[in-house]
Amino acid sequence: MRTNDVMLQTATKVVTFIILMFAVHIFFAGHYTPGGGFVGGLLTASAIVLLMLAFDIPTVKKIIPINYVVLSAVGLLIAIATASASIVFDVPFFTHAYDYFDLPLFGETSLHSALLFDIGVYLVVVGVTMTIIQTIGEDE
Amino acid sequence: MEIVMSVAIGLLFMAAVYLMLSKSLIRIIIGTGLLSHGAHLLLLTMGGLGGTAPPVVADGVTVSDYADPLPQALILTAIVISFAVTSFFLVLAYRAYQELGTDNMELLRGTEDYE
Amino acid sequence: MSLVFLIFIPILAALFIPLLFKRLGQIHTGWFVLLVPAALFLYYATRLPSVMEGGTYVSELSWIPSLDIAFVAYLDGLSLLFTLLITGIGALVVLYSIFYLDKHREQLHNFYVYLLIFMSAMLGVVQSDHLITLYLFWELTSISSFLLIAYWYTRDRSRFGALKSMMITVFGGLMMLGGFVLLSIMGGTYSIRELIAQAPELAQHDFFIWALVLVLLGAFTKSAQFPFYIWLPDAMEAPTPVSAYLHSATMVKAGIYLVARLTPVFALSEVWMWLVAGVGLFTMVWASFFALKQKDLKGILAFSTVSQLGLIMSLLGVGAAAYHVEGAADTYLKYAAFAAIFHLINHATFKGSLFMIAGIIDHETGTRDIRKLGGLMSLMPVSFTVALIGSLSMAGLPPFNGFLSKEMFLTAMLSLQEFNMFSMDVWWVLFPIIAWIGSVFTFIYSLYFVFHTFAGKHQPEELPKQAHEAPIGMLISPVFLAALVVLIFFIPNLIGDWLVKPAVAAIQPFLYDSPQNVDIHVSAWHGFNTELFMTLGIFAIGGLMFWTLRKWQHLYDVYPDSISLNRLYDEMMLLSYGGANRFSRIYMTGFIRSYLVYMFSFMTFIVLLTLFLNEAFQIDFSNLAPIGVYEIVILLALVGATLTILGSKSRLTAIIALGAVGYSVALLFVIFRAPDLALTQLVIETISVALFLLAFYHLPQISRKEERMKFRFGNALVALGVGVTMTLVALSAHSQKSLPSISEFYKETVYKEAGGGNIVNVILVDYRGFDTLFEIAVLGIAGIGIITMIRLRLTKKEGQHENK
Repeated sequence: MRTNDVMLQTATKVVTFIILMFAVHIFFAGHYTPGGGFVGGLLTASAIVLLMLAFDIPTVKKIIPINYVVLSAVGLLIAIATASASIVFDVPFFTHAYDYFDLPLFGETSLHSALLFDIGVYLVVVGVTMTIIQTIGEDE
Repeated sequence: MEIVMSVAIGLLFMAAVYLMLSKSLIRIIIGTGLLSHGAHLLLLTMGGLGGTAPPVVADGVTVSDYADPLPQALILTAIVISFAVTSFFLVLAYRAYQELGTDNMELLRGTEDYE
Repeated sequence: MSLVFLIFIPILAALFIPLLFKRLGQIHTGWFVLLVPAALFLYYATRLPSVMEGGTYVSELSWIPSLDIAFVAYLDGLSLLFTLLITGIGALVVLYSIFYLDKHREQLHNFYVYLLIFMSAMLGVVQSDHLITLYLFWELTSISSFLLIAYWYTRDRSRFGALKSMMITVFGGLMMLGGFVLLSIMGGTYSIRELIAQAPELAQHDFFIWALVLVLLGAFTKSAQFPFYIWLPDAMEAPTPVSAYLHSATMVKAGIYLVARLTPVFALSEVWMWLVAGVGLFTMVWASFFALKQKDLKGILAFSTVSQLGLIMSLLGVGAAAYHVEGAADTYLKYAAFAAIFHLINHATFKGSLFMIAGIIDHETGTRDIRKLGGLMSLMPVSFTVALIGSLSMAGLPPFNGFLSKEMFLTAMLSLQEFNMFSMDVWWVLFPIIAWIGSVFTFIYSLYFVFHTFAGKHQPEELPKQAHEAPIGMLISPVFLAALVVLIFFIPNLIGDWLVKPAVAAIQPFLYDSPQNVDIHVSAWHGFNTELFMTLGIFAIGGLMFWTLRKWQHLYDVYPDSISLNRLYDEMMLLSYGGANRFSRIYMTGFIRSYLVYMFSFMTFIVLLTLFLNEAFQIDFSNLAPIGVYEIVILLALVGATLTILGSKSRLTAIIALGAVGYSVALLFVIFRAPDLALTQLVIETISVALFLLAFYHLPQISRKEERMKFRFGNALVALGVGVTMTLVALSAHSQKSLPSISEFYKETVYKEAGGGNIVNVILVDYRGFDTLFEIAVLGIAGIGIITMIRLRLTKKEGQHENK
């Protein structure tokens, strides 16, 4: 029996972007307000999962042609690189630094090396969650 | 509140352990899920449930009465890990079922003729 | 460039090897690897002139400052000598291996990665001034040796040999660690230099003798001394370049290095002197005797290596005696340490070339069985020449470097007469006599090795391959080493000034304060003295016995295998396997339920006991949060959902109820002011339910067997115990805080020092970033595990094991 997904698909197209925007927002806001790499990553993953539910896995793979295993590996590397970068500056492993910058469009913003680490966390969370779901979903 | 919570935690642990000791693989997995919920609440209760403000310093103004942030950070990692472990268990369970044709732990013994 | 960094260069280079092997497979990976030891050798060689003058270099990299652990590279005469040996022989061996290992059939990336790890580890051993990092590198050499011996891991013998070497050397390494810890307790420092400075005080300490014995156990196992030598013959299963490098030139000399390095600390004790000299000498004679029993070319070389290591060891022991003799620098005792280092260099040259020749013979004829070989002289003239030079040097004949060091060895043994402590006036005679007997057997097996392979009748029908000379590239390294063997005979004093004397000054700082003061001149001819007559006796008796070898060699077969040390090792291994197996069978039932019951009961027991013993169980009612309506409603939902799971007939119900529990927990997080947790929990719970439903598709249909779980009293009891324990823990943990929470620190510093507002997130990425790093690593591992299980379909196939 072919089910009628039109409503779900139409809604998904809109909702996915809202979730993704929210994920990005919550990720960047994480240092000052609730949020961060974990939540941001999970939200992003859930947006993609929603897409997969509304359409199907091959379609979503075509839209987002990312190898999630590589993605998590990249995330891990970023995290480790950020952590070990401090050695180069002759401070103990995992020392973070931050400063305030005046950026156009954003006004005064603080930039953190911790954010780089959080990007690593974000990528790993998205990568692993999607790896798990995609692998199970594709299994016949 | 802490006392009520403690009792609830004990109940969660009890149910989790009881499920984990059963024969069926899926029940064991559900049991581990419950166990992690219990552990998260335990951590939270250990730190104390007092504190009227979430542990967020807004605009550099430090309020004296925050909820304890440390257990929260620990729980956050624990949540994500338990998700990974649960999904690992799930796949393990259904692959074992596909290969061996049963999810009954009584039949899934490995040592009988093991050398 | 920092010396510490240089130690790690080979390991860093190893990172690129798999890539090079994969991308540039048409070029033999060895050519890239060759650059590493060659460049390091040249670099370290530039340090020679100043070290020769007595200069030293120190460089330090802090590793675990809180435990006072650091990488300290210390370069003096002794460590520079070993460093040059490691890099120099390393370069030659890599060159040789390029032609020995086929680039199409062999897993070169594995081989060279292991080899480079070993190189770093070995450099670390000889340069570390810090005992703990020395131990670390020491074990790393054992591990890389294990990997290299098991390089052809499909062979049973390789794995057996690898395990044996690992068991014995790691056992020794652990003993040595114990010795190091005792040393650091006694001296209050991990630095070897500082320990040497306070040696006289250390000798008074109660632990001194224990530290001495434990350290010697480490050195003796590594350097294959009696009775631990049994791993070395089995390690010959490794590819020949590895045998030449690790098991003859470098790794087995780590024990020698350790003894030499710690001589200034331990020489005060006579026990040290007797143990090192006695065990060394006994090893020498024992192994040289049994070398003649071997039928495998590499077996002969292995026993010969054991014997030669014993010789060097005994010389170091005698060298330590110099501490106890007034004015030892003017007596013949001074020759001992010099001879030890000199022979160490000589041994590396001639034994390296001999191992490479054994590899060539194996490569070109297909066998190493000396009974099948013979008459290769005319077929492999270059190899024969090299083998002859190496063997005759090992036998102690002029004009080869072995002659010089063998003469000095006899001199040093004879010099024990000057050491008249403990009324040694009678017993010292034993040492030269045993040394002489050992030398006779050394002479015989050297000739046995070369002449039974290259002379005699050629038996082409016995050989798996048509024998012919090796390709030129394979001969470069052995020919080079053989040339050194001859060269050193003619310029011994140059080698002495450049390499030996700085090392001797490091071993015997109590005699010399700079290498120039080492007043030793090597000469091939020093008149008609006792040593010369002993040497002539060796040639005469040894030659006679070699002539009649065929008549008496079968006497070795009389010696029963059942009482050998190998047998002892095998029995011990069997006993420990069998015993451990029988013991674990008692409680390993194979039911996961049993294991969980053990764990939960034990945990309950331990926690309750701790609570009881510490009188920790108290409830503090004063500081409780108020009970709200929302909380109670949510908790009721939570309890209801939990009970639903327990009683549910279907899996679907159970899973939905589990989701309900999860969402209730998320709501609790909201109430208890944990917004991050609430967010995460909500999203995770959603994804989890989706995941459960996905996986559900693959799980069995709900069948009638899936009825209510039978109530089990035992299970319920365990569950109740765990539940009650957890309640008690939660109550008492909340009620008493014996230490102030570190959260206060986080709260105070989060804005000013970490530059963040959300304390939870700052803890995750900054304060406790390590936890997060490992956590995402675990996430990655879980992902890989799932992929492995699903995509790779690891199903059981019959007959897949190669060794069945």
